[in-house]
Amino acid sequence: MRRPTGVLRAAALALVMLALGPASALAVTCPQTSVADLEDEVMCPVCKTPLGLAQEAPQADRERAFILERVERCQSKGAIKVALAAEFGDEVLAVPETEGFDLAAYLVPAIALIAALGACALAVGRWRRSGLAPAVGSSAGTGSTSGPADGAAGPGAEASARLARDLERYDL
Amino acid sequence: MRRLLSPVSIVVVIAVVALLGLLVYGVRSTSPDASIETALASGARPRAPALELPRLDGRGEASLSDFRGQVLVVNYWASWCDPCRAESPLLERWHRRLADRGGTVVGVDVLDVTSDARAFVREFGLTYPMLRDADGTTQKDFGVAAYPETIVLDRSGRIAALRRGPVDEEFMRREVARLLEERA
Repeated sequence: MRRPTGVLRAAALALVMLALGPASALAVTCPQTSVADLEDEVMCPVCKTPLGLAQEAPQADRERAFILERVERCQSKGAIKVALAAEFGDEVLAVPETEGFDLAAYLVPAIALIAALGACALAVGRWRRSGLAPAVGSSAGTGSTSGPADGAAGPGAEASARLARDLERYDL
Repeated sequence: MRRLLSPVSIVVVIAVVALLGLLVYGVRSTSPDASIETALASGARPRAPALELPRLDGRGEASLSDFRGQVLVVNYWASWCDPCRAESPLLERWHRRLADRGGTVVGVDVLDVTSDARAFVREFGLTYPMLRDADGTTQKDFGVAAYPETIVLDRSGRIAALRRGPVDEEFMRREVARLLEERA
Protein backbone atom coordinates (compact mmCIF):
# COMPACT_ATOMS: atom_id res chain seq x y z
CA MET A 1 0.00 0.00 0.00
CA ARG A 2 2.92 2.33 0.76
CA ARG A 3 4.59 1.62 -2.51
CA PRO A 4 1.80 2.95 -4.78
CA THR A 5 1.60 6.11 -2.68
CA GLY A 6 5.32 6.67 -3.19
CA VAL A 7 4.94 6.17 -6.92
CA LEU A 8 2.03 8.59 -6.99
CA ARG A 9 4.03 11.16 -5.05
CA ALA A 10 6.97 10.78 -7.41
CA ALA A 11 4.68 11.11 -10.42
CA ALA A 12 3.03 14.21 -8.93
CA LEU A 13 6.44 15.71 -8.21
CA ALA A 14 7.56 14.99 -11.77
CA LEU A 15 4.41 16.68 -13.11
CA VAL A 16 5.03 19.75 -10.95
CA MET A 17 8.66 19.90 -12.12
CA LEU A 18 7.56 19.59 -15.72
CA ALA A 19 5.02 22.36 -15.27
CA LEU A 20 7.50 24.68 -13.57
CA GLY A 21 10.43 23.79 -15.81
CA PRO A 22 9.61 25.91 -18.87
CA ALA A 23 8.53 28.86 -16.71
CA SER A 24 11.77 28.88 -14.77
CA ALA A 25 13.76 28.47 -17.99
CA LEU A 26 11.88 31.44 -19.46
CA ALA A 27 12.60 33.52 -16.37
CA VAL A 28 16.30 32.78 -16.68
CA THR A 29 16.59 33.63 -20.38
CA CYS A 30 14.45 36.75 -20.40
CA PRO A 31 15.51 39.34 -21.48
CA GLN A 32 17.55 37.51 -24.06
CA THR A 33 19.64 40.49 -25.07
CA SER A 34 20.12 44.19 -24.36
CA VAL A 35 20.33 47.47 -26.25
CA ALA A 36 24.04 47.69 -25.40
CA ASP A 37 24.61 44.23 -26.81
CA LEU A 38 23.05 45.20 -30.13
CA GLU A 39 24.46 48.71 -30.42
CA ASP A 40 27.76 47.66 -31.95
CA GLU A 41 26.14 45.21 -34.37
CA VAL A 42 23.66 47.56 -36.03
CA MET A 43 24.01 50.89 -37.78
CA CYS A 44 22.35 54.23 -37.36
CA PRO A 45 21.32 54.58 -41.04
CA VAL A 46 21.19 58.38 -40.95
CA CYS A 47 24.50 58.89 -39.10
CA LYS A 48 26.21 56.11 -41.12
CA THR A 49 27.98 54.92 -37.97
CA PRO A 50 27.42 51.99 -35.62
CA LEU A 51 24.49 52.79 -33.34
CA GLY A 52 26.77 52.78 -30.28
CA LEU A 53 28.71 55.74 -31.66
CA ALA A 54 25.62 57.79 -32.50
CA GLN A 55 25.00 59.37 -29.13
CA GLU A 56 23.03 62.53 -29.86
CA ALA A 57 21.23 61.73 -33.09
CA PRO A 58 17.42 61.73 -32.81
CA GLN A 59 17.13 58.90 -35.33
CA ALA A 60 19.55 56.83 -33.23
CA ASP A 61 17.44 57.51 -30.13
CA ARG A 62 14.34 56.26 -31.92
CA GLU A 63 16.22 53.19 -33.08
CA ARG A 64 17.31 52.48 -29.49
CA ALA A 65 13.71 52.85 -28.32
CA PHE A 66 12.64 50.44 -31.08
CA ILE A 67 15.22 47.90 -29.87
CA LEU A 68 14.37 48.39 -26.18
CA GLU A 69 10.69 47.78 -26.89
CA ARG A 70 11.59 44.40 -28.37
CA VAL A 71 14.13 43.54 -25.68
CA GLU A 72 11.37 44.04 -23.11
CA ARG A 73 9.17 41.73 -25.14
CA CYS A 74 11.91 39.13 -24.69
CA GLN A 75 12.78 38.91 -28.37
CA SER A 76 16.12 37.38 -29.31
CA LYS A 77 18.97 39.34 -30.84
CA GLY A 78 18.33 37.66 -34.21
CA ALA A 79 14.62 38.48 -34.13
CA ILE A 80 15.35 42.13 -33.28
CA LYS A 81 17.83 42.36 -36.14
CA VAL A 82 15.21 40.96 -38.52
CA ALA A 83 12.71 43.55 -37.25
CA LEU A 84 15.27 46.34 -37.68
CA ALA A 85 16.05 45.24 -41.23
CA ALA A 86 12.33 45.11 -42.03
CA GLU A 87 11.93 48.65 -40.69
CA PHE A 88 15.08 50.36 -42.02
CA GLY A 89 16.37 48.00 -44.73
CA ASP A 90 19.40 45.71 -44.72
CA GLU A 91 21.78 48.65 -44.42
CA VAL A 92 20.90 48.84 -40.73
CA LEU A 93 22.84 45.63 -40.16
CA ALA A 94 26.52 46.41 -39.72
CA VAL A 95 27.43 44.26 -42.71
CA PRO A 96 28.93 46.00 -45.77
CA GLU A 97 27.14 45.51 -49.09
CA THR A 98 28.71 43.41 -51.81
CA GLU A 99 28.62 46.16 -54.40
CA GLY A 100 29.87 49.69 -54.93
CA PHE A 101 32.28 51.23 -52.45
CA ASP A 102 31.27 48.79 -49.70
CA LEU A 103 32.83 45.99 -51.73
CA ALA A 104 36.18 47.47 -50.70
CA ALA A 105 35.46 46.27 -47.15
CA TYR A 106 35.90 42.71 -48.43
CA LEU A 107 38.49 43.31 -51.15
CA VAL A 108 40.98 45.45 -49.26
CA PRO A 109 41.57 42.98 -46.38
CA ALA A 110 41.82 40.10 -48.87
CA ILE A 111 44.36 41.98 -51.00
CA ALA A 112 46.24 43.09 -47.88
CA LEU A 113 46.36 39.48 -46.64
CA ILE A 114 47.67 38.24 -50.00
CA ALA A 115 50.25 41.06 -50.06
CA ALA A 116 51.31 40.31 -46.48
CA LEU A 117 51.69 36.60 -47.25
CA GLY A 118 53.69 37.46 -50.38
CA ALA A 119 55.91 39.83 -48.37
CA CYS A 120 56.42 37.16 -45.70
CA ALA A 121 57.36 34.56 -48.34
CA LEU A 122 59.77 37.04 -49.92
CA ALA A 123 61.31 37.94 -46.55
CA VAL A 124 61.69 34.29 -45.53
CA GLY A 125 63.33 33.51 -48.88
CA ARG A 126 65.79 36.38 -48.44
CA TRP A 127 66.51 35.49 -44.84
CA ARG A 128 67.21 31.89 -45.76
CA ARG A 129 69.53 32.94 -48.56
CA SER A 130 71.41 35.44 -46.38
CA GLY A 131 71.51 32.97 -43.46
CA LEU A 132 72.79 30.12 -45.60
CA ALA A 133 75.70 32.02 -47.20
CA PRO A 134 77.84 32.45 -44.01
CA ALA A 135 76.76 29.03 -42.75
CA VAL A 136 78.03 27.41 -45.95
CA GLY A 137 81.27 29.42 -45.63
CA SER A 138 81.79 28.46 -42.00
CA SER A 139 81.01 24.79 -42.61
CA ALA A 140 83.52 24.79 -45.48
CA GLY A 141 86.12 26.32 -43.11
CA THR A 142 85.39 23.74 -40.44
CA GLY A 143 85.78 20.95 -42.98
CA SER A 144 89.15 22.22 -44.11
CA THR A 145 90.40 22.61 -40.53
CA SER A 146 89.42 19.21 -39.32
CA GLY A 147 92.81 18.90 -37.72
CA PRO A 148 96.02 20.83 -37.29
CA ALA A 149 97.78 18.10 -39.16
CA ASP A 150 96.06 19.18 -42.33
CA GLY A 151 98.03 22.38 -42.19
CA ALA A 152 95.19 24.30 -43.79
CA ALA A 153 94.67 27.98 -43.04
CA GLY A 154 91.69 29.45 -41.14
CA PRO A 155 90.91 30.92 -37.75
CA GLY A 156 90.19 27.51 -36.20
CA ALA A 157 93.40 26.00 -37.53
CA GLU A 158 95.43 28.99 -36.40
CA ALA A 159 94.03 28.80 -32.87
CA SER A 160 94.64 25.07 -32.69
CA ALA A 161 98.24 25.51 -33.85
CA ARG A 162 98.81 28.24 -31.28
CA LEU A 163 97.34 26.01 -28.56
CA ALA A 164 99.63 23.16 -29.58
CA ARG A 165 102.66 25.44 -29.51
CA ASP A 166 101.72 26.76 -26.05
CA LEU A 167 101.25 23.28 -24.70
CA GLU A 168 104.67 22.23 -26.02
CA ARG A 169 106.27 25.26 -24.39
CA TYR A 170 104.96 24.33 -20.94
CA ASP A 171 106.43 21.34 -19.33
CA LEU A 172 103.55 20.03 -17.31
CA MET B 1 68.07 54.93 -58.32
CA ARG B 2 68.35 51.14 -58.38
CA ARG B 3 66.99 51.08 -54.84
CA LEU B 4 63.97 53.20 -55.93
CA LEU B 5 63.16 50.79 -58.74
CA SER B 6 63.33 47.69 -56.56
CA PRO B 7 60.25 45.41 -56.68
CA VAL B 8 59.35 46.22 -53.07
CA SER B 9 59.34 49.99 -53.76
CA ILE B 10 57.18 49.50 -56.84
CA VAL B 11 54.70 47.37 -54.91
CA VAL B 12 54.54 49.95 -52.10
CA VAL B 13 53.94 52.80 -54.60
CA ILE B 14 51.20 50.80 -56.35
CA ALA B 15 49.55 50.02 -52.99
CA VAL B 16 49.62 53.69 -51.92
CA VAL B 17 48.20 54.85 -55.28
CA ALA B 18 45.47 52.17 -55.10
CA LEU B 19 44.50 53.21 -51.56
CA LEU B 20 44.38 56.88 -52.57
CA GLY B 21 42.24 55.97 -55.57
CA LEU B 22 39.90 54.01 -53.31
CA LEU B 23 39.67 56.96 -50.93
CA VAL B 24 38.77 59.37 -53.75
CA TYR B 25 36.19 56.90 -55.12
CA GLY B 26 34.73 56.48 -51.63
CA VAL B 27 34.39 60.20 -51.05
CA ARG B 28 32.84 60.75 -54.49
CA SER B 29 30.42 57.82 -54.29
CA THR B 30 29.14 58.63 -50.81
CA SER B 31 28.84 62.40 -51.12
CA PRO B 32 25.39 63.71 -52.10
CA ASP B 33 24.63 64.26 -55.76
CA ALA B 34 24.54 67.98 -56.56
CA SER B 35 23.64 67.58 -60.25
CA ILE B 36 20.07 68.83 -59.69
CA GLU B 37 21.30 72.08 -58.12
CA THR B 38 23.76 72.53 -60.97
CA ALA B 39 21.04 72.04 -63.58
CA LEU B 40 18.61 74.37 -61.80
CA ALA B 41 21.30 77.03 -61.44
CA SER B 42 21.83 76.97 -65.18
CA GLY B 43 18.09 77.50 -65.73
CA ALA B 44 17.35 73.94 -66.82
CA ARG B 45 14.63 71.70 -65.43
CA PRO B 46 15.99 68.16 -65.15
CA ARG B 47 13.58 65.26 -65.44
CA ALA B 48 12.67 63.86 -62.02
CA PRO B 49 13.93 60.35 -61.27
CA ALA B 50 11.28 57.62 -61.27
CA LEU B 51 10.00 57.01 -57.78
CA GLU B 52 7.84 54.08 -56.77
CA LEU B 53 7.31 53.32 -53.10
CA PRO B 54 4.83 51.64 -50.76
CA ARG B 55 2.24 53.91 -49.19
CA LEU B 56 2.79 54.68 -45.52
CA ASP B 57 -0.69 53.41 -44.65
CA GLY B 58 0.20 50.03 -46.14
CA ARG B 59 -2.38 50.27 -48.93
CA GLY B 60 -0.30 49.31 -51.94
CA GLU B 61 2.28 51.37 -53.79
CA ALA B 62 2.36 54.71 -55.54
CA SER B 63 4.71 56.34 -58.00
CA LEU B 64 5.28 59.89 -59.15
CA SER B 65 3.82 58.96 -62.53
CA ASP B 66 0.47 58.43 -60.79
CA PHE B 67 0.36 62.21 -60.33
CA ARG B 68 1.24 63.08 -63.93
CA GLY B 69 -0.06 66.44 -65.05
CA GLN B 70 -0.05 67.86 -61.51
CA VAL B 71 2.32 70.23 -59.81
CA LEU B 72 4.04 68.09 -57.19
CA VAL B 73 5.68 69.15 -53.96
CA VAL B 74 7.71 66.12 -52.91
CA ASN B 75 8.69 66.44 -49.28
CA TYR B 76 11.25 64.11 -47.66
CA TRP B 77 10.69 63.91 -43.91
CA ALA B 78 10.98 61.72 -40.82
CA SER B 79 9.06 61.74 -37.53
CA TRP B 80 12.26 62.16 -35.48
CA CYS B 81 13.20 65.31 -37.39
CA ASP B 82 12.27 68.50 -35.51
CA PRO B 83 12.29 70.89 -38.51
CA CYS B 84 9.91 68.42 -40.22
CA ARG B 85 7.44 68.94 -37.40
CA ALA B 86 7.72 72.69 -37.82
CA GLU B 87 6.98 72.70 -41.55
CA SER B 88 4.21 70.08 -41.60
CA PRO B 89 1.27 72.45 -40.90
CA LEU B 90 2.44 74.71 -43.74
CA LEU B 91 2.65 71.77 -46.14
CA GLU B 92 -0.85 70.64 -45.18
CA ARG B 93 -2.21 74.16 -45.80
CA TRP B 94 -0.53 74.26 -49.20
CA HIS B 95 -1.78 70.80 -50.09
CA ARG B 96 -5.33 72.03 -49.56
CA ARG B 97 -4.65 75.09 -51.68
CA LEU B 98 -3.09 73.02 -54.44
CA ALA B 99 -5.78 70.35 -54.49
CA ASP B 100 -8.26 72.59 -56.31
CA ARG B 101 -5.67 73.86 -58.76
CA GLY B 102 -4.10 70.67 -60.08
CA GLY B 103 -1.37 70.13 -57.56
CA THR B 104 -0.54 68.07 -54.52
CA VAL B 105 2.02 67.57 -51.82
CA VAL B 106 3.53 64.07 -51.63
CA GLY B 107 5.30 63.13 -48.43
CA VAL B 108 8.13 60.60 -48.41
CA ASP B 109 8.89 59.25 -44.96
CA VAL B 110 12.51 58.13 -44.77
CA LEU B 111 14.47 55.88 -42.38
CA ASP B 112 11.72 55.97 -39.83
CA VAL B 113 9.80 53.61 -37.58
CA THR B 114 6.47 53.00 -39.33
CA SER B 115 4.35 53.38 -36.20
CA ASP B 116 6.12 56.68 -35.35
CA ALA B 117 5.50 57.98 -38.86
CA ARG B 118 1.82 57.06 -38.76
CA ALA B 119 1.47 58.73 -35.35
CA PHE B 120 3.10 61.86 -36.82
CA VAL B 121 0.59 61.93 -39.68
CA ARG B 122 -2.29 61.61 -37.23
CA GLU B 123 -0.85 64.25 -34.89
CA PHE B 124 -0.61 66.87 -37.64
CA GLY B 125 -3.73 65.75 -39.50
CA LEU B 126 -1.82 65.38 -42.76
CA THR B 127 -4.11 64.45 -45.62
CA TYR B 128 -1.70 64.41 -48.54
CA PRO B 129 -0.38 61.13 -49.98
CA MET B 130 2.37 59.60 -47.88
CA LEU B 131 4.95 57.17 -49.19
CA ARG B 132 7.51 55.24 -47.20
CA ASP B 133 11.17 54.88 -48.15
CA ALA B 134 12.35 52.49 -45.42
CA ASP B 135 16.04 52.39 -46.33
CA GLY B 136 16.34 55.76 -48.06
CA THR B 137 17.02 54.31 -51.52
CA THR B 138 15.12 56.96 -53.48
CA GLN B 139 16.62 59.93 -51.66
CA LYS B 140 19.98 59.29 -53.34
CA ASP B 141 18.39 59.95 -56.73
CA PHE B 142 17.26 63.38 -55.54
CA GLY B 143 20.54 64.08 -53.73
CA VAL B 144 18.76 64.29 -50.39
CA ALA B 145 21.34 64.48 -47.62
CA ALA B 146 19.38 65.88 -44.65
CA TYR B 147 15.77 66.34 -43.53
CA PRO B 148 13.52 67.89 -44.48
CA GLU B 149 14.12 68.50 -48.17
CA THR B 150 11.54 69.46 -50.75
CA ILE B 151 11.58 69.04 -54.52
CA VAL B 152 9.02 70.84 -56.67
CA LEU B 153 8.01 69.23 -59.96
CA ASP B 154 6.18 70.94 -62.81
CA ARG B 155 3.26 69.37 -64.64
CA SER B 156 5.64 67.63 -67.05
CA GLY B 157 7.45 65.82 -64.26
CA ARG B 158 10.55 68.00 -64.40
CA ILE B 159 12.27 69.41 -61.32
CA ALA B 160 11.59 73.14 -61.14
CA ALA B 161 12.81 73.98 -57.65
CA LEU B 162 14.54 72.50 -54.67
CA ARG B 163 14.83 73.38 -50.99
CA ARG B 164 17.45 71.72 -48.84
CA GLY B 165 15.93 72.41 -45.43
CA PRO B 166 12.45 73.37 -44.24
CA VAL B 167 10.17 75.23 -46.64
CA ASP B 168 8.48 78.49 -45.74
CA GLU B 169 5.58 80.51 -47.09
CA GLU B 170 7.86 82.62 -49.24
CA PHE B 171 9.44 79.61 -50.95
CA MET B 172 6.04 78.07 -51.64
CA ARG B 173 4.67 81.32 -53.10
CA ARG B 174 7.73 81.93 -55.23
CA GLU B 175 8.39 78.42 -56.50
CA VAL B 176 5.06 76.59 -56.40
CA ALA B 177 2.43 79.22 -57.18
CA ARG B 178 4.05 80.16 -60.51
CA LEU B 179 4.02 76.51 -61.68
CA LEU B 180 0.24 76.33 -61.26
CA GLU B 181 -0.12 78.79 -64.12
CA GLU B 182 1.90 76.62 -66.47
CA ARG B 183 0.39 73.96 -68.73
CA ALA B 184 1.83 70.49 -69.08
